[in-house]
Amino acid sequence: MTLLTLDWILLIEKLALIIVIILASLGIALYTTFAERKVAAILQDRPGPNRAGPFGLLQPLADGVKMFTKEDIIPSSASKWLFILGPGLAMTAALMTCAVIPWGGTIELFDRKIDLQIADINIGILYIFAVVSLGVYGIMIGGWASNNKFSLMAALRGASQAISYELAMGLSLIAVLMLTGTLSLGEIVKQQQTGWWNVVYQPLGFLIFFICALAECNRTPFDLPEAENELNFGYHQEYSSMKLGFYLFAEYINMIMSSAVMASLYFGGYDIPFVDDAHLYASIGNWTALIQVGVLLTKIIIFIFVFMWIRWTIPRFRYDQLMDLGWKSMIPLALFNMVVTGAVVLLKMNHWHF
Amino acid sequence: MNITHILFWFLSALALVSAMMVVVSKNPIHSILWLILVFFAISGHYILLNAQFLAIVNLIVYAGAIMVLFLFVVMLMNLNKETEQQKNVWMKLTGVIAGGCFLVSTCNVIFNAQSVSRELAGKTALMKEGSIGLIGTLGKALFSNYVIPFEISSVLFLSAMVGAVVIGKKD
Repeated sequence: MTLLTLDWILLIEKLALIIVIILASLGIALYTTFAERKVAAILQDRPGPNRAGPFGLLQPLADGVKMFTKEDIIPSSASKWLFILGPGLAMTAALMTCAVIPWGGTIELFDRKIDLQIADINIGILYIFAVVSLGVYGIMIGGWASNNKFSLMAALRGASQAISYELAMGLSLIAVLMLTGTLSLGEIVKQQQTGWWNVVYQPLGFLIFFICALAECNRTPFDLPEAENELNFGYHQEYSSMKLGFYLFAEYINMIMSSAVMASLYFGGYDIPFVDDAHLYASIGNWTALIQVGVLLTKIIIFIFVFMWIRWTIPRFRYDQLMDLGWKSMIPLALFNMVVTGAVVLLKMNHWHF
Repeated sequence: MNITHILFWFLSALALVSAMMVVVSKNPIHSILWLILVFFAISGHYILLNAQFLAIVNLIVYAGAIMVLFLFVVMLMNLNKETEQQKNVWMKLTGVIAGGCFLVSTCNVIFNAQSVSRELAGKTALMKEGSIGLIGTLGKALFSNYVIPFEISSVLFLSAMVGAVVIGKKD
């Protein structure tokens, strides 16, 4: 039967890759919650979770069991389907980002070259932007469907914050795109393997991107949507059980994905520092790809640590300060960065003559 | 019937049903969510035509930004079924006439296209190939052949932005 002429092996290969990457991100997110509590504990000079298992390593599992077994309440005045849709959307949007991130080089298995990237589309970075902008709906729908004034206020805050910082993020990204001349994340990483990492050329751009990533993930000092002293508990106030768990989890997955994007754009992605990857391929073959995955994961973990470090160091902004920073500092700085980069790129194309 | 056909029919059905639901829904929030689904279906069509850039920009701009602002406004107005006021009969009549005019002109376009279509018979749209919708081609076209209209439209956007700031400013 020739119903669908597909490359079935490719399909199976990609499916396996998707499952592995999603499970891995879920697993890392699980332990990021643990790491957050441990980092907080160290910064505040206390032991942190240490009861479940050795060093408290089973704590995230215990938390998961707790979340699952709690009573799942849907408020009687809530809009039922949207109330359920909200956390699902937040989680989906968070996980969808992983499709275009290059997690490593190529592996050769059974005479097939397998790219450790689910889809190398030629607009990879724009895809990430589209998914990130959809992530706002998870917060907005959840906040509105709860039928609670505090949740609604938090949702509106979250959405306006995300839209404001997306602009500066996009502008800082344009400078990188002008340097590399491509939108495909795989290609951007490959270019950095041979030359310097992009952060050397774009220090200001990276700083802007990093701050905007903090804001997009609703991390402190930009966690206005869940400012508990102003809004009780933020947009997920009415949520309980695993729906609440999904919201909290989506935040950690967003952190992992934005760290991966930052590593890929500015810090060479899976590039092993100070090592010529092509030489390594010749000597140890497939192991290189695994080392590359490990290197990318290390970079991600370093970024996540910085995220946490900032969370427990810097207090929250006031709302007008947040908007002022976004519109009056970030966007002009990003525009300046863009213009300077454009001028330098043009000059270089003209062999440094005016 | 290959996979492209299946996707085409699925996306078309999705777009039509969601568009219908936008009009039929009583709750404005539900209407907006259905409209977002319409944008997704249309983006799917763009991808079938290998116009990846258009597809993604459609999602970023319409589904990601404009619809969020729509949701914003509707949520703040707190429109519910109970508070929805009865519309004027004359208003309804005007709506019917305006909608009818649009229907007639749309039908006209379709029937005209049928007479044109004799020379296009048997030809189908480019699927999964062609580089017209890719970002490189689009960028070159915009910045070489159409650079003046492109720049003028950006000035238009700038003036709209300045206007919004002036209106929003409290003095």
